[in-house]
Amino acid sequence: MENTSLWEIIAHSIRKNIRQYTMIFALLEIWLVFSILTGFIFLTPRNLSNLFVQTATTAILAIGMVLIIVTGNIDLSVGSVMGFCGAVAAILMIRAGWSPLPTVLVTLLVGLLIGAWHGFWIAYQKVPAFIVTLASYLAFRGAIIGITGGQTQGLEMAPEAAANSFKAIGQAYLPKINESLPFHDTSLYLMIASVVAYWLFEMKVRRDRQKYGFHVLPMKYQLLKMFVISLVIAAFYGIMIIYLGVPYSVILVMTLALLFTFISGNTVFGRHLYAIGGNAEASRLSGINIARNVMILYMLMGLLTAIAGIVYTARLNAATTSAGQNAELDAIASAVIGGTSLMGGEGTIVGGVIGALVMSSLDNGMSLMNLDITFQYIVKGLILLLAVWVDVKTRRKS
Amino acid sequence: MEYVLEMQNIVKEFPGVRALDGVTFKVRKGEIHALVGENGAGKSTLMKVLSGVYPYGSYAGKIIVHGEEKKFHHISDSEKSGIAIIYQELTLIKQMTIAENIYLGNENVSQGIINWNETYRKTEKLLKQVGLCLSPATIVGEIGVGAQQLVEIAKALSKNASILILDEPTAALTESESETLLNILRQLKQQGVTCIFISHRLPEVLEIADTITVLRDGKTVVTDIRQNFDENRLICNMVGREITNVYPRVPHHSGEVIMEIRNWTVYDPAGEKKVVDNVSFTVRRGEILGLGGLMGAGRTELAMSIFAAWGKVVSGEIILEGKKITIRSEQDAINYGISYLSEDRKRYGLVLGMDVRENTSLASLRSLSRLGVINKNEEIKQTQYYVNKLKVKTPSLEQEVRNLSGGNQQKVIIGKWLLTKPRVLILDEPTRGIDVGAKYEIYTLMNALIEEGVCVVMISSDLPELLGMSDRILVLHKGRITGELNAHEATQEKVMYYATGGEDIAPKVC
Repeated sequence: MENTSLWEIIAHSIRKNIRQYTMIFALLEIWLVFSILTGFIFLTPRNLSNLFVQTATTAILAIGMVLIIVTGNIDLSVGSVMGFCGAVAAILMIRAGWSPLPTVLVTLLVGLLIGAWHGFWIAYQKVPAFIVTLASYLAFRGAIIGITGGQTQGLEMAPEAAANSFKAIGQAYLPKINESLPFHDTSLYLMIASVVAYWLFEMKVRRDRQKYGFHVLPMKYQLLKMFVISLVIAAFYGIMIIYLGVPYSVILVMTLALLFTFISGNTVFGRHLYAIGGNAEASRLSGINIARNVMILYMLMGLLTAIAGIVYTARLNAATTSAGQNAELDAIASAVIGGTSLMGGEGTIVGGVIGALVMSSLDNGMSLMNLDITFQYIVKGLILLLAVWVDVKTRRKS
Repeated sequence: MEYVLEMQNIVKEFPGVRALDGVTFKVRKGEIHALVGENGAGKSTLMKVLSGVYPYGSYAGKIIVHGEEKKFHHISDSEKSGIAIIYQELTLIKQMTIAENIYLGNENVSQGIINWNETYRKTEKLLKQVGLCLSPATIVGEIGVGAQQLVEIAKALSKNASILILDEPTAALTESESETLLNILRQLKQQGVTCIFISHRLPEVLEIADTITVLRDGKTVVTDIRQNFDENRLICNMVGREITNVYPRVPHHSGEVIMEIRNWTVYDPAGEKKVVDNVSFTVRRGEILGLGGLMGAGRTELAMSIFAAWGKVVSGEIILEGKKITIRSEQDAINYGISYLSEDRKRYGLVLGMDVRENTSLASLRSLSRLGVINKNEEIKQTQYYVNKLKVKTPSLEQEVRNLSGGNQQKVIIGKWLLTKPRVLILDEPTRGIDVGAKYEIYTLMNALIEEGVCVVMISSDLPELLGMSDRILVLHKGRITGELNAHEATQEKVMYYATGGEDIAPKVC
């Protein structure tokens, strides 16, 4: 391997990770197309920063959805439940005058309970997930109308101080340390920390792999890879550093993505989820308690849905009766575009997040172009079809 | 005699593996031609090339059928040339009836409407031909694996195949069913049908074949007429080395009782049919306990119900090392040190999309983790230990198990169960469908486990294996234990006597 050329390694890596590369390539292509069509307004730091904020709710839902689909299940209720949880938060602040912390905690609890309700029916009563969550899709759409009285609940009706700090979850940016600097210093430090953390992580993985005699890249290519990925991280932060800094909601998404990547790769629970999706019978005979794992997963999904609902209400500054409509489809599409197999057993959290970025890039770009809503739906539908088609094609080859 | 089929210099490559390396395979008209070789030797791949599963262009070499070069792009192309293949894994649709399955894709239609009377009439005839006394309207999911195999053969016959390929047809059949099958093959031969017969059961091969071709590592080792072979030469050609003793029997000294099952009665999950009927037996330290019987005798069900993985247990108790225990789930069983290796490794054993490491550690993740976080270093260390110990042939721990051969897949599952540190290891058909070399290694391993004090319970439908490895044999018939034999007194005839329902003292050798 020491003597293989860079191109061979890249070609090998592309062949091996064809789906991941296709996904990233598709994202870049979509960005390129929109940049040209919008006269490069799409690529401005301001728009990209907004894009990242807009992605937050879909990305949070997609993180959970990936794992749900990995186990061979589905959750059609996340849109309605997200809207409901967002409305619960708004009502608690407006009608009960609660401060943000108890509001958030109670909303999370509500999400957790709804997830437990789904888990109970799916895992223990063996009702298909499709039906259980379809029922909730309908029921919670009704419940939103019930608790909001059918009217938009604006956060301006809540006590001002509480409303402002709640809104920060969805809208605000990291504070600056030194106000006089022309760029966003805190975000810069965060960027440096992220890059260093990434380096340390890569080197640890490399050392571990070497210890067990697994294949590793030649050192010079390892460094090249780290350099390229560092550039990507820097560019990502750079966009936000030039604009207003890193938004809290983006930090939230990154934290959740890292946490769930860890859960899926390094915990017994995560390993069990992939095994259940890969072969439920073999998992059961290996002593895995399928019902309990699925139950816990749906509770986590409920929790993530509540987080998404909080971010959504905070960003929109209001709870509306239509909040979260079609969000379940965006989340499922994100997971699938990100390489999650509907057959179960396969999928990555990072893929789901990139899939979410694809979906919200489409929304954002087409809105910038002032494209008729009719075509927006059609284009999103076709892109989903195309993504799965590419996935099916590349899967067959490998 | 002319060749009805010639495959010349077939080369088929998969990423990183050359599965077929210039195989030449010639079959004469109207003969039964056995194709033997270890798992991974390339037999199944060769047949997939022949049947068009791997389309023309994905391999190199020539296929000549009835003197004409053929380029099959799809299975339907090879079917048109009269080639029918019956796979190792059954391909019947369980929810459909026998008649629907047999004529699936080949329905008796006029103007797009299925003629059911005609279908049933023809099916009845075909079923008679394969010795199955079942109604054509029987749902396939309700009949046993043995009967399903015969339905598969009837299906191939329905297509008027002139070249019939059988991939391990008898692997899942009982002795009498195998005999029926072999007779059917002889009858077909009379009718001029050419048969390619892939099997691991060498006595069977020697019984039925006219010509034998041996493959090893994707190459043809030899093609010769049956008369020039005996079992020893076959084995030598397959593995390229002499195996002097197929069953490495070593004297065991059975010790104290480790596990005792008392009055164990189990109904099927629907609670309708009694499948295990008041069974009591003991498992002792230092012995291999064989469970014999025909298919459907309730052996697998007995084992799985002890493991809390099947059926409704209505009575009975388990005593483990003198203490009465209750097993409510598979996890309980594993915690008590009881492990069960299933007969169906793809369905119940492996997660095919996961790698060797993840499959091996699957049942032991709790002991390899702290606070729910897996200690990957420990996981790699432990799985590597068992991969080495069991001599699993894999490029690395990161290889997906779907890319391993059957024998190596089986070793991965055995590794999974050994990693749980079992006190009682139940092996259900541990060597089914795997090659001679791997079989021998598994037998040796069983002996090693006995040395380490693990109790081994082996369910086997392979009589020589059952007799060759067990220290004590229990024979089941219709859910009841009909006979218990010690190694020195057991013979094939005695086991068969009990397995077919005899309950008195077995007769002397016939």
